[in-house]
Amino acid sequence: MSGLEDLYREIILDHYRSPRNKGELETPPAHRTEGFNPLCGDEIVVYVNADNGSIDDIKIGGQGCSISQSSASMMSAAVKGKTIQEARDITAAFKAMMSIHATDIGGDGSEGADATDGPAELDLGDLEALRGVVKFPVRIKCATLSWNTLNQALDEVAAATQ
Amino acid sequence: MNDQSPTLNVAEIRKDFPILQQRQNDKRLVFLDSGASSQHPVSVLDAMDDFYRESYANVHRGVYQLAERATNGYELGRKKVAKFIGAPNADAVIFTKNATEAINVVAGSWGRANLGPGDAVVLTIMEHHANIVPWQMLAEEKGFEIRWVPLGADGHLDLTDLDRLLDGAKLFAFTAMSNVLGTITPAKELVAAAHAKGALALVDACQAVPHFPVDVVDLDADFVVFSGHKMLGPSGIGVLWGKPEILDAMPPFLGGGGMILNVTTEGFVPDGLPGKFEAGTPPIAEAVGLGAAVDYLDNLGMDNVARHEAELTAYALRTLPAQVGEQLTIHGPSEPAMRGGVLSLTLADVHAHDISQMLDEYAVCIRPGHHCAKPLMRHLGINATARASLYIYNDTDDIDALAAALIAARDFFAF
Repeated sequence: MSGLEDLYREIILDHYRSPRNKGELETPPAHRTEGFNPLCGDEIVVYVNADNGSIDDIKIGGQGCSISQSSASMMSAAVKGKTIQEARDITAAFKAMMSIHATDIGGDGSEGADATDGPAELDLGDLEALRGVVKFPVRIKCATLSWNTLNQALDEVAAATQ
Repeated sequence: MNDQSPTLNVAEIRKDFPILQQRQNDKRLVFLDSGASSQHPVSVLDAMDDFYRESYANVHRGVYQLAERATNGYELGRKKVAKFIGAPNADAVIFTKNATEAINVVAGSWGRANLGPGDAVVLTIMEHHANIVPWQMLAEEKGFEIRWVPLGADGHLDLTDLDRLLDGAKLFAFTAMSNVLGTITPAKELVAAAHAKGALALVDACQAVPHFPVDVVDLDADFVVFSGHKMLGPSGIGVLWGKPEILDAMPPFLGGGGMILNVTTEGFVPDGLPGKFEAGTPPIAEAVGLGAAVDYLDNLGMDNVARHEAELTAYALRTLPAQVGEQLTIHGPSEPAMRGGVLSLTLADVHAHDISQMLDEYAVCIRPGHHCAKPLMRHLGINATARASLYIYNDTDDIDALAAALIAARDFFAF
């Protein structure tokens, strides 16, 4: 079962079993954004307090598989307290790690579309554990769901404060 | 269940399915996803291959011999399907791309011509999105009401208020068997209830026609839809059967070649049935393949197919909970006689995606997700299930393999 152990690393299962920053924030002041994976019905809700240029607080709601839930948990831990630009950079680096090159048969490259937007050589720490997901292309959307939702949330916050 | 009855010889049947011969992770491939799409016997593959090699041309056009053979092959597919569902008139069998398109034909043609403000269409909460979204799209345009038959006890429809729901309705569109719960609905009774209130009845028979005998005359529905790829046939072909007088009165759906009697700069005259609803080059080899699939099922006998699946479903309902334990929930009717071979499973809090990832390690193919039935999933209060669906090439060994893989998933994920 070597393949499965690449996917379900212990740290992933730990975040799945004990998700960090699970819950809700009061809106307003927090901003609430929902993300859906139409393939499996997973729903992620990201609550962020990011009005002052940094992610002062973040909570994750919704439900999903171990990959989407652990990725969301790690994401929340990775970006909490960071500036919005730092959060965007981590997101870009994570999505670069998750990208299937467009030349691969079956990959449309869309997951890595903004891989060049940020520095891909950031130290991703615990997030490196999710690297094994790339071997299971169907699950990449599980891993990126919360990150895409965070990106959308930050876009919405930026648009609202302009 | 009568143990003396002849059931299917699954070992022999499997030999007819080349794809089932392969191994994955050094294990026998266990295919339990026929509810999504079934596999193909070599007779279907050969029929399509031979057709492409020897008889292919466009249909209803050329006068050369190839074109005539192609047309005959295509129309023979239609006749076989008509006979299979007891349709007296093969012209009332319309070939579409799939069952989804078949429902869209009814919505876009009959619905657009007959539905408006103050009207109602009745659906059930256990419909596939294919029998929901076309009506929602049309309701946005036409302003009619959609009413829902709710779910009652043990995975069955709650028909208590059916007559009230059907009051003033113009159409009752419902599934003959839930693709999530396996629930077999009392289709004939529901059709009669619709007719008693002056409504037409559309039966989504995608999970019915492949699995048990369906006779459209006996059913008395106005429209019956199903897809070829769930009944051993190829993808790319589906069927809309309708009562000829209703189809005749409907305007065309897609416009184009093949659906007209005449076209001038001033307008067009549509063809009769079935051409009126088959604009453009149809799925030609697919109709030949579907005809071969129907032959294969006829040869087995649909009564035998139904009995085999009922026995296998009963075995699964009995053995899976016993082996996997109380963390396993099998959704849908608990009584095997009231359901087909669709087993929607949840395993404590383990997500369906994780279950099916583990099952894949065991070469067990099932489907995780909402099965294109989100209103039902919401009603059940679950996001996703792991769905195993049974067919003619499955046996108790497959159920045992499923149980072993579920135990592995339980031990790996559950906590």
